[in-house]
Amino acid sequence: MIYEVFRQERKGQPFTHAGSVEAPNGEYAESYAREQFGRRGESVALWVVPRSAVHEIDEFVDELERNYHRVDGYPLKEKLKEARERAGTAGDR
Amino acid sequence: MEAREQEFLEYVQSGGQVETSDWMPDDYRAKLIKFIEMHGNSELMGVLPEREWILRAPTLQRKLALTAKVQDEVGHSQLIYRVVEDLGKPREQCLEDLISGKAKFHNVFHYPTKTWGDVGVIAWLVDAAAIISQKALLKCSYAPYARIMKKICWEESFHILHGRDVILTMMNGTDEQRELVQEALNRWWGPLMQFHGNPIAKEEDPMYIWRIKSQGNGEARQQFLDGYVPQIWELGLTVPDPNLRKDDDGAWEFSEPDWGELKHVVTGHGPMTEERLGLRRATRDETEWVRRAVLAQAA
Repeated sequence: MIYEVFRQERKGQPFTHAGSVEAPNGEYAESYAREQFGRRGESVALWVVPRSAVHEIDEFVDELERNYHRVDGYPLKEKLKEARERAGTAGDR
Repeated sequence: MEAREQEFLEYVQSGGQVETSDWMPDDYRAKLIKFIEMHGNSELMGVLPEREWILRAPTLQRKLALTAKVQDEVGHSQLIYRVVEDLGKPREQCLEDLISGKAKFHNVFHYPTKTWGDVGVIAWLVDAAAIISQKALLKCSYAPYARIMKKICWEESFHILHGRDVILTMMNGTDEQRELVQEALNRWWGPLMQFHGNPIAKEEDPMYIWRIKSQGNGEARQQFLDGYVPQIWELGLTVPDPNLRKDDDGAWEFSEPDWGELKHVVTGHGPMTEERLGLRRATRDETEWVRRAVLAQAA
């Protein structure tokens, strides 16, 4: 079975994917992960997860064009230009 | 080339990276498996020249360091075979192809280690040459391989220090010790110059075309010479090539490496090929019961 291993480098940091190990059960997976990703003090904690338990989502369809909660939903350049012209301050800068 | 393959090629050539679950051309997958498998084989076979010196290491500290290095390299081979496995070739099959002589491994691991000087030269210069190749894989278009290379390069950086420490200790020792280092350098220079492969233009190298590696063979060799010849010279050692010099443009000139020898050796005819593969075969048979016991106990 394949187990994915995530490691935390220091307390407070996020766990990041480190690699994977092949093992016949969780106990062996833990000991292989410890040897592969923790024996030089490079990790303070590991998560060892059966690959089948990882649900990958890699499609993000924006059906409703919900750009109002993103930075690219607010193109202000043209509007600012128009507002400055309206206010007569366009040449001040 | 069909349109989808052309699009993929343009994607990787513009720096795009690929994950295991992404679509990829069959040719790309086949090239990846062949390249990465050979790397895994080399890590596994690369421990044997050093293993031969664990029992003969001059001090306890050296013995421990060598043992730790062997553990690191075997660990690298496990990580690398995992990458190959996810591409579709099981580890067991890789090991079978290795011990049957069907698969290749790097030229430098087909040679004997005659003295402790050889151990130093391997740990310093063979590892240095290998790191140059491995750093060119950090930008590999196949992302899972690139990610695992980060960890491997990090561990290799200890190894090269260990090698340099062995060499410096001997160079600061007796005339006899300095002589051992010089003799070992003479033995290893040829294989080291062959290490990065024939000087095929990178634009014609399929491994570069698919951006599996990010530099050509000739570039890697120049980088090796640039980084290490000055370090060799400053210790009072002589490089056994009368034509070695840096030209006015900063490029190294050298005698043409023996490409016939390289081909002969990597196709399974090196001085130690049979003996080392034989050891792999024997240990694989001897440890069969361990694998059976582990799998039975875990079931």
